[in-house]
Amino acid sequence: MSSADIYRELILDYYRNPRNFGKLEKFDIDARDTNPLCGDEIEIQIRVGEGQRIEDIKFVGKGCAISQASASMLTELAKGKKLDWVKDVSKEDVFKMLGNPDLGPSRVKCALLGMKVLKTGVYGYLGAHYEHSDGSEDTA
Amino acid sequence: MLKTEVFDIEKIRADFPILNRTVNGKRLVYLDNSNTTQKPKAVIDALVDYYSRYNSNVHRAVYALAEEATKSYEGARRKIAGFVGVAAKELVFVRGTTEATNLVRFAWGETNVKKGDLLVSTLMEHHSNIVPWQLLAKSRGATLKFVGLRPDGTLDMESFENLLRESPKIVAVTHCSNVLGTINDVAKICAKASAAGAITLVDGAQAVPHMPVDIKSFKPDFYAFSGHKMLGPTGIGALIARRELLEGMEPFQGGGEMIREVFLDHSTWNDVPYKFEAGTVNIADAIGLGAAVDYLANLGMGKVRDHEVRLLDYALQTLGELKGFHQYGPLDRKKRAGVVSFNFADVHPHDLATVLDEEGIAIRSGHHCAQPLMRWLDVPATSRASFHVYNSYDDVDALKAGIMKAGDIFRV
Repeated sequence: MSSADIYRELILDYYRNPRNFGKLEKFDIDARDTNPLCGDEIEIQIRVGEGQRIEDIKFVGKGCAISQASASMLTELAKGKKLDWVKDVSKEDVFKMLGNPDLGPSRVKCALLGMKVLKTGVYGYLGAHYEHSDGSEDTA
Repeated sequence: MLKTEVFDIEKIRADFPILNRTVNGKRLVYLDNSNTTQKPKAVIDALVDYYSRYNSNVHRAVYALAEEATKSYEGARRKIAGFVGVAAKELVFVRGTTEATNLVRFAWGETNVKKGDLLVSTLMEHHSNIVPWQLLAKSRGATLKFVGLRPDGTLDMESFENLLRESPKIVAVTHCSNVLGTINDVAKICAKASAAGAITLVDGAQAVPHMPVDIKSFKPDFYAFSGHKMLGPTGIGALIARRELLEGMEPFQGGGEMIREVFLDHSTWNDVPYKFEAGTVNIADAIGLGAAVDYLANLGMGKVRDHEVRLLDYALQTLGELKGFHQYGPLDRKKRAGVVSFNFADVHPHDLATVLDEEGIAIRSGHHCAQPLMRWLDVPATSRASFHVYNSYDDVDALKAGIMKAGDIFRV
């Protein structure tokens, strides 16, 4: 694993200038979670528009560059998509979005926290339950 | 600054097999000693010796192996008790500090704490000296309050004395902060708390491994520490308590070993400390901790402390030269252990730790099981470098170079 490879321009840019950072005045979905290892926190709010589309989405949080950049990039991808799109987002999609950095098992949790919060919120809104796995069960 | 050594560091490093390994192709620079320490060959050998020569259960059988095991286990108890200045019968073997505080919560707390009572802890505690008291407060209907901190990271004694006026049942305080390195004046705290009628519990997990500790000199009611932070194995630690206090307490866990006689409708208890050691005890690791104590006693705890203070001084000076470096904790060396918690510019501790790992440098990053303290510091997390006997000035230089590399990557 090369840290210069993990912390390429893309991640640093989103860490220092997070897109969609903040809170919505009106929202239909509000989900929050933390990563107890790091103390990373992510909260995502979504306003649902016509045709079950993600009309607006914002996040707030604090934590490492990977967790914050990942959440921010995910909100950009999600904006305008149908809620069902969220169900199809996979771990691999998130890694690809981050530029496929070679993350160790403990840092994978950071990368996936945003996805976990997004899915938990959207599944809940759709009346479903999301069972998150970050792969740590395999390495524990 | 003069880099003078208290010890022959190369000789000490040769005693720790793990220090020969590389991490990511680099020399291992282990700076996470507040979390857990590495083990000298003498400790590893003691474990192997027990399992390969005289493995058997203690206090039960009458054959040669069992007598050797009992002798070694009780010998370890005497050695460890002597190391901190107490009698063997005042030392209960536990899994570690967390089990010790939980033992006190159940065996003392559940019978002595009443509805409306006050329990006191502090803002600089490890979760293991907060959560058991929250649970006790909840189960007994008591209130838990915390001694505040001063800006320099020492306890606010005025806040402490104000809480004493409310007659707390117990004052649970750390001897040394695992984040700030603050060494508390436990003699003064115990004297004042006892005078106010409180039971005192001191968490010594970060003190016993790093400095001379003579428990009798400050008379706490309970004192706890963990073996794995003082060169010993994981899964073994000690709860120290006055004999009459232990005798007056209810058992913690019920089962074998802790009983004298068992009837169908009641049982009577074994003598202390065995009353609190239910089931087959952790024989091997107790013996291993005894070997760790021998190793530390041979070096001399005064010298261990001196060595760590020199590294602390050097680290604060040389890391302090880095732009964006911010350290937490008192600057008065008399009140500070060899722990440096810090942040570096806007690089999150976990990102810094990832860069350092690539250089073979192990530090802790996160909340250090002290989330209330993190909130008081108003940071989500810190990085922490902490020293022990095998660390050198070179390790501090490697840390500095690693932080500078992170600075380059993050364009600080």
